[in-house]
Amino acid sequence: MSSALDATAREARAGTRRRWLDAGTLTPVIAAILFGTYAALQMRWDWLETYYPLLLRGLGMTVLLVVVTSSLGMLLAIPIGLVQVVGPKWLALPARAFCTVIRGTPLLLQLWLLYYGLGSLFPQFPWIRDSALWPILRQAWPYAFLGLTLSYAAYEGEVFRGAFKGVPKGQLDAAKAYGMSGLLMFRRIWLPQAFKRAMPTLAGETILQLKATPLVATITVIDVYSVAAQVRQQTYLTYEPLLLISAIYILMAVVITKVFARLSGQGRDNTAFSRS
Amino acid sequence: MIWSPAAGSIALLTTGGWGSAMLVGLARSLTIALGAFGLGLLIGIAGALGKLSGGAVTRQALDLYTTIVRSVPELVLILVVYFAGADLINGVLTALGQAKIDFNGAIAGIVVLGVVQGAYSTEVIRGAILSVPRGQIEAAQAYGMSSWLALRRITLPAMLPFALPGLSNLWLIAMKDTALLAVLGFGELTQVTRQAAGTTKAYFTFFFAAGCMYLLATMISNLLSRRLEARATRGTAHV
Repeated sequence: MSSALDATAREARAGTRRRWLDAGTLTPVIAAILFGTYAALQMRWDWLETYYPLLLRGLGMTVLLVVVTSSLGMLLAIPIGLVQVVGPKWLALPARAFCTVIRGTPLLLQLWLLYYGLGSLFPQFPWIRDSALWPILRQAWPYAFLGLTLSYAAYEGEVFRGAFKGVPKGQLDAAKAYGMSGLLMFRRIWLPQAFKRAMPTLAGETILQLKATPLVATITVIDVYSVAAQVRQQTYLTYEPLLLISAIYILMAVVITKVFARLSGQGRDNTAFSRS
Repeated sequence: MIWSPAAGSIALLTTGGWGSAMLVGLARSLTIALGAFGLGLLIGIAGALGKLSGGAVTRQALDLYTTIVRSVPELVLILVVYFAGADLINGVLTALGQAKIDFNGAIAGIVVLGVVQGAYSTEVIRGAILSVPRGQIEAAQAYGMSSWLALRRITLPAMLPFALPGLSNLWLIAMKDTALLAVLGFGELTQVTRQAAGTTKAYFTFFFAAGCMYLLATMISNLLSRRLEARATRGTAHV
């Protein structure tokens, strides 16, 4: 495997050099210029004037969804990964089942099960209908946030299971030998090392989370995709809104890659686009 | 609707024909997934070879393709490929003086998802080919094999153990991504389920049942791919 890793690293380095010194990005740049000119001259963009406030609002929702559900999902993923490695059976089994079920079914179906399924069950219970939470539970966004959070937690929980397992036993033995308590050992040794191992997957997982957000449009949450769909229905323009939001999603993916590369402090992150 | 216990749910699934409609939907989903996975594999092999040994323009064009597909949401891509594909085919048909066709059905789903799968396959297979020791390919060249023969006999079989984990993951993604076609209306499992749920108002029952079907398909796939991996890596050291 080491030769393979070398090859990848060499290639990555060559790739970086190619990108900046040679005319490496010539084809994409020419394609972008040609396409941009075509889009500007041949396509209709006058609808932007009417729809840009709505687009901005949708964009805000998309960003909020990614940031909130990724952060919450991450907080959930750590215990889910941990109990599968050290937890008692009655905690490890449900965590394992949770990961299998969420990862084994389409997110679209999960969202519909939560929104339409739970949403149709809730009104039958008077104590839910009478509770102070009912006005919130009747809206769509709590289900969108819940569904996306659980999804992120399951995929990243699986990563953390491997990460906790992968920390060499000698490290933990050494911590014990120093007389560290369980909690201190976890905080100072185990968690930081597991985190370092999980770090390369985080950017990719967050981009996947970004790519999953348009699904919430199917349960009536207004994100940037749903605005594009609305423009398509009202103006009969097929490609313009879809191309605009494609460009927005690509830009957001670039931003996510950069942010995580910065966080991990390792410069360019080549794993950012890999799908787990 | 009255909250029906398990017996009522099962009655809903077995009578009224919704259960069998869902099974037909499942078969359709699996057909589309299989076709898309296969098409993605073909694109992936071609794409990986293009990235590894193509000219500068080919390489950059492929980079553009994989980067775009991997950062734009599948839902958006599916719509773009679907509309663009329909326009393209109907444009060609009109130019040829033929009548327009309704661009729908399993083939459309396969093409749309196959283009998305192809980008991921390209990366998986490219990585796997890079993992094949260089000496093996050099040895094939030394034997005087043509590049096509070397590809068929050495590179592709040798890269398979490295590609299998990634490919089985892609197969799972293909199965789950067919659900997105529900937005366009292909009569696959998720769309049939939504119809059933909407008609009977038993949303929870039907979405839950569909979830079980997907889960079962995933778990069987996992079992098979584990066997396949064990077979492909037999005789090699397990790390």
